Amino acid sequence: MALLEIQDLHVRFATRDGVVHAVDGVSLSVDRGRTLGIVGESGSGKSVTALTVMGLTRLPNATIEGHVLLDGVDLLGLPDDELQKVRGRRVAMIFQDPLSSLHPLYKIGWQLGEAIQAHEHVSDKAARARALAALTEVGIPSPAERLSSYPHELSGGMRQRVMIAMALVLDPEILIADEPTTALDVTVQAQILDLVRALQADHGTAVVLITHDLGVIAETADEVAVMYAGRIAELGPLGAVIDRPEHPYTWGLLQSLPGAETSRSEPLHPIDGAPPSLISVPTGCAFHPRCPYVLPVCPAKQPALLETTAGHTVACHLPTALRREIGAEVRASLETRT
Amino acid sequence: MRTGTQAAPPSVSGVAGNGAQRRPGVPFLAVQDLEKRFPLTRGVFLGRERGHVHAVDGVSFEIPRGGTLGLVGESGCGKSTVARLVTRLLEPTGGRVVYDGNDITHWKTRALRPLRREIQLVFQDPYSSLNPRRTVGAIVAEPLRLQHLGTRTERRARVREMLAVVGLNPEHYNRYPHEFSGGQRQRIGIARALVTTPKLVVADEPVSALDVSIQAQILNMLAELQVEFGLTYLFIAHDLNVVRHISDRIAVMYLGKIVELSPADELHVRPIHPYTEALLSAVPTVETSARERLRGRVVLRGDPPSPVAPPSGCRFHTRCRYATEICSAVEPPLVDHGGGHLAACHHPLDGRTPVQATAT
Repeated sequence: MALLEIQDLHVRFATRDGVVHAVDGVSLSVDRGRTLGIVGESGSGKSVTALTVMGLTRLPNATIEGHVLLDGVDLLGLPDDELQKVRGRRVAMIFQDPLSSLHPLYKIGWQLGEAIQAHEHVSDKAARARALAALTEVGIPSPAERLSSYPHELSGGMRQRVMIAMALVLDPEILIADEPTTALDVTVQAQILDLVRALQADHGTAVVLITHDLGVIAETADEVAVMYAGRIAELGPLGAVIDRPEHPYTWGLLQSLPGAETSRSEPLHPIDGAPPSLISVPTGCAFHPRCPYVLPVCPAKQPALLETTAGHTVACHLPTALRREIGAEVRASLETRT
Repeated sequence: MRTGTQAAPPSVSGVAGNGAQRRPGVPFLAVQDLEKRFPLTRGVFLGRERGHVHAVDGVSFEIPRGGTLGLVGESGCGKSTVARLVTRLLEPTGGRVVYDGNDITHWKTRALRPLRREIQLVFQDPYSSLNPRRTVGAIVAEPLRLQHLGTRTERRARVREMLAVVGLNPEHYNRYPHEFSGGQRQRIGIARALVTTPKLVVADEPVSALDVSIQAQILNMLAELQVEFGLTYLFIAHDLNVVRHISDRIAVMYLGKIVELSPADELHVRPIHPYTEALLSAVPTVETSARERLRGRVVLRGDPPSPVAPPSGCRFHTRCRYATEICSAVEPPLVDHGGGHLAACHHPLDGRTPVQATAT
């Protein structure tokens, strides 16, 4: 059994406008030392999936079904105080915007110390020493001085390093990173991704990386889940999903990207339309209104997530042979466009 | 191809250096040694100046009519300040902005007003750049109203026409921004920018806030609109691939200066400045085998230095892996490396410059 197993997760929110079906039957797993990349556009349910693992969607208007098993223990069934012991200590999370994740009025050292002392009875001095060690490990220059800095005195990249230090200071088994580099410049993004990779290698942490950027996924993930409208469209090892994509939505994502090799005289190939509202998800396959290969069955029946090759599953009604053929063409067009 | 119909051939397109040679033909937009310093003050009232942020420091470029110059750089490099100077939302503290032969650098508000029709901005965030309390019709009509153009009925007709042009349903005239998705909102922003039939459109990160599938729709639309209306673009973004796709020429900025200015196709193939090389190599991609690329990746150390106290000499020397003594002492000039490909570096990656010979 994998370290973290999400089984048939459903998350619904009752709102004034209707029921938002944010996560609709998602099953995922990640193991020690591995990176699961979840990619999708806004409203695909990728963040809600992560927040639910952390128990952060336990709201009065939320209905949560399914299982989130951490080493076989269902986190969804844990009372809040039990979950509190897991959160931060065994499963840690970092967010997109490090500025709003840090308290503006407390010094970095205090905030790191608080994270430690929330879970362990250690002296202020010991907590401070560990905070210092954590800042050193994430590569913050002059870490001792930074302990007495306020968040606003640091750059975006440095703040994200502080968040990573805070997430890793208790040596969690799982690190969930929700768009950790989206607010950062590319050169800083490269630094942060390198850092996460190095820390993962040192600590054997399982990483769940959520992003809208397929490029980031291609460079960091071992397994990839492509999500659309709260469901998994395609799931498999990186090599399978990125190099042999079989879902029309994955093809669309790959082809929408202006690449370094794209011909400038050729228009890009966007996906028509926009992602659906999760209040009124299209019938059948949720992607069918935007899919260029739509079949009569697509609006009628939701495709099951079926295995196409070992470990590679796809939810699509198109015949497997055709999917492979088109997938290969899409892939070839990416490599040869000049 | 897109710009070919209106644009001058690439050899004539936007070339300028620090006082570089003028080429025949008047550029549509010429920016020379543009400079903007913001004072830093201490205290709330009557604050005393304690220094300057040199946000833009000697930037020069030209854009031919119908052409597109892409401006890339990381946050804090001054690219958005350039947008605000060119559109004269800010007044430069030095240098010149010459628009269609007119030096508009220090024009006053009243004189600028007619020009506002011709120069328009598209903003990054389609959420905060549209007033949530006004209908789409009112938002798009606003520039016409401010410019006293047309009667109410004419304005209404024009707005409907523009909504159709940007691919929105003209019947949605009376809806509010929150009823639209991010991509549709960006279309509203573009309709508003184009409603006065401008000639120059300055787009500041117009697709950065959008999902990738929507990004491609907007980029394609901007390209089509450029041909249809003969627009000249100054396109600002941090995403090199996006900029490359839409631009004829690309200027790379670092700490208020242009470090490299090149034809769009050439920048990716033959970067000359080490900063450009690092930027290119940092862009994550699905195109080539990712793990192969990771081995050759140039990861810059540290963050960009503060523009309040930029490094001496070449501003990039503190993070540059090729830096030598000369780099911290002497600021490299922006010189042509052939074919209108300019770079400011003592150790250019193409190895082609007399400056390098004097370096130790």
